Amino acid sequence: MLNYLIRRLLWAGVLFVGVTLITYVLFFLLPADPARLAAGKSATAEDVARVSHQLGLDRPVHEQYALFLKRLVVDHSLGRSYANRRTVNEMVGQAIPVTAALVLGGAILWMLIALPIGILSALRPRSLLDRGAMIFILIGISAPVVWIGLLLQYFVGFKWGLTPNAGYCDVFDPPAGSTCGGPSDWASHMILPWLTFAILFAASYARMIRANVLDTLGEDYVRTARAKGAPENVVIRRHVLRNALLPVVTMLGLDIGVALGGAIFTEAIFNLPGLGRLALNSVLNLDLPTMQGVVVFATLAIILLNLVVDVVYAYIDPRIRLA
Amino acid sequence: MSGPVDAPGGGAPSEPLLDVRDLRTYFKTDDGTVKAVDGVSFAVRPGQTLGVVGESGSGKSVTMMSILSLNPKPGRLSLDADTQPGPQMEAFLRGSKKHTSVSTGQALFRGENLLQASQRRLRALRGSEISMIFQDPMTSLNPVLSIGNQLAEAVILHRDVTRREARELAIAGLQEVGIPRAEQRVDDYPHQFSGGMRQRVMIAMALINDPALLIADEPTTALDVTTQAQILDLIRELQAEHGTAVILITHDLGVVAETADEIVVMYAARIAEHAPVYSLFEQPLHPYTWGLLGSLPRLDVELERLTQIRGQPPSLLRPPAGCRFRPRCGYAFDRCRRELPEATRAGFDPDHLDACFLAEDRKLEESVRVVAELGLDEAAA
Repeated sequence: MLNYLIRRLLWAGVLFVGVTLITYVLFFLLPADPARLAAGKSATAEDVARVSHQLGLDRPVHEQYALFLKRLVVDHSLGRSYANRRTVNEMVGQAIPVTAALVLGGAILWMLIALPIGILSALRPRSLLDRGAMIFILIGISAPVVWIGLLLQYFVGFKWGLTPNAGYCDVFDPPAGSTCGGPSDWASHMILPWLTFAILFAASYARMIRANVLDTLGEDYVRTARAKGAPENVVIRRHVLRNALLPVVTMLGLDIGVALGGAIFTEAIFNLPGLGRLALNSVLNLDLPTMQGVVVFATLAIILLNLVVDVVYAYIDPRIRLA
Repeated sequence: MSGPVDAPGGGAPSEPLLDVRDLRTYFKTDDGTVKAVDGVSFAVRPGQTLGVVGESGSGKSVTMMSILSLNPKPGRLSLDADTQPGPQMEAFLRGSKKHTSVSTGQALFRGENLLQASQRRLRALRGSEISMIFQDPMTSLNPVLSIGNQLAEAVILHRDVTRREARELAIAGLQEVGIPRAEQRVDDYPHQFSGGMRQRVMIAMALINDPALLIADEPTTALDVTTQAQILDLIRELQAEHGTAVILITHDLGVVAETADEIVVMYAARIAEHAPVYSLFEQPLHPYTWGLLGSLPRLDVELERLTQIRGQPPSLLRPPAGCRFRPRCGYAFDRCRRELPEATRAGFDPDHLDACFLAEDRKLEESVRVVAELGLDEAAA
């Protein structure tokens, strides 16, 4: 087990360097000069050169990357934003809770929707419920997230006034001068983003769960359980679901990992100050340190969630042993 | 329809444990109704072994699954005595959205008709009075539950015991089927056992509640030859110890020759021949049985080559008119094309039934020739 973890962590390190390096290289392939953008519209050529020197942009790419790594490893610092000179640590640190709340709440919601739909429609194939579920799944999978978000925003938020249209509130004490805060304000602002974010996943998970449960129902060991005299609810719970939901655990871990890197569409529609919006803004501002900060966090999230999935899987599936 | 036929077996005094009468099971498919079992009768007495032999798709397994209502979405139907059961069953399946299979007839277990029993009653019988083991031990055990857990589940479902007691029983069961170091292995998972060991586990699980009847559905088909022999020996041994009746389903006449007291030969959803084991091998009366015997590989007799039964088993969706074996039968004559033969008793032995229109003299004559040709008489002597 320890051996396995060490091997995995070494690979994680390689992956991390690879991803951040690629971000650097791609950034410098862009046909735009971040120093000119940072120096402002009326800047002279000298101003731009000075800003460029200040930001370290006049040095070769590999030196800049080495500096980035050194700062990260030694000072645990992601540097300062080109755009507003705030530290990237602070900006990313503020964005993480927002995205985490969106993704985790969304994940709970999509599982709450997908589990009953997937299981029940597999147990009653071709029934009215099953056919209704199929329609929901088809819509959920084919409708673009942006469109669903805008529809929800327009009807639920604007027309019916049931929830706020957009924006974010802190869960805890509201910062001075802000108009909202506290758990109930927070939750009411998150309802539409959660729904928007969850629908696509709910649909594809319902489909996957349905297929897995149907498959498992045909397994020989399910027949064995019935031949033992087990009542149907025991057959389903102990023998069908235990096996059918194993692959779902994997998918869930991986999807959450990817989503933590920023749910760009959902955050953009509902104006949530999360990682997705931070990433989007940093790209528009040619703000390399901030962009790199989001990439670093997203990479870490994916690596970590993958590791968690592997460890959990070894725990719930006896056929897999980490060695 | 002929009346229910009493079990052959030489006038043994005991009542039948399981008495199946005119069992029919039909399935609904997109292509129409599959008549998987179409009028099958047989009986098993306590402690007896009945071998059921036939090709794949002859209805052997479905017969057993029907007895325990383990077919997919089974429906119940009370037959109208005035008309034939077949059309009623087809109409029922056409009219039902909920059911994809239906069984009629009787399966009397100690006099109680299982085909009319409640789900609750059936669950109480399954795994406690009537147990089943299946063909493929690699897939018949739940991969994510430990062996002990699955054995204990079988106990807890039927008996009022604590988890600890159930575990003790599981260990004892594993020891009985010859699993070494049972105390440790009880916590292992199915993938940590070989195929033969898994089938031993399945047997332990089936026998853990000391059932009166064990249905073994091709228990050795998926195993290699040496393991096959061990598993069959084990079943025989445990059967003798516990007095369990066994229905042994197989497509291999060789397997039942050594094990069974009586043999039922099934062909295309019906019984072709039903006889005590000695009688079946000494005087086989049905052309299909002759074919089966000819295709049995043997080490002690030199044959040029194994004979095979020409053609394919018929579709149970649209079985041929008349005798279902007729298209593959070298002895068929006019009547076979028109009428469906019922199993009838042989004149010389009331325990020997066969469903063939050939004259008895002719059948006996041919049977002597077949037996001599295959050297079965020498083997018996």
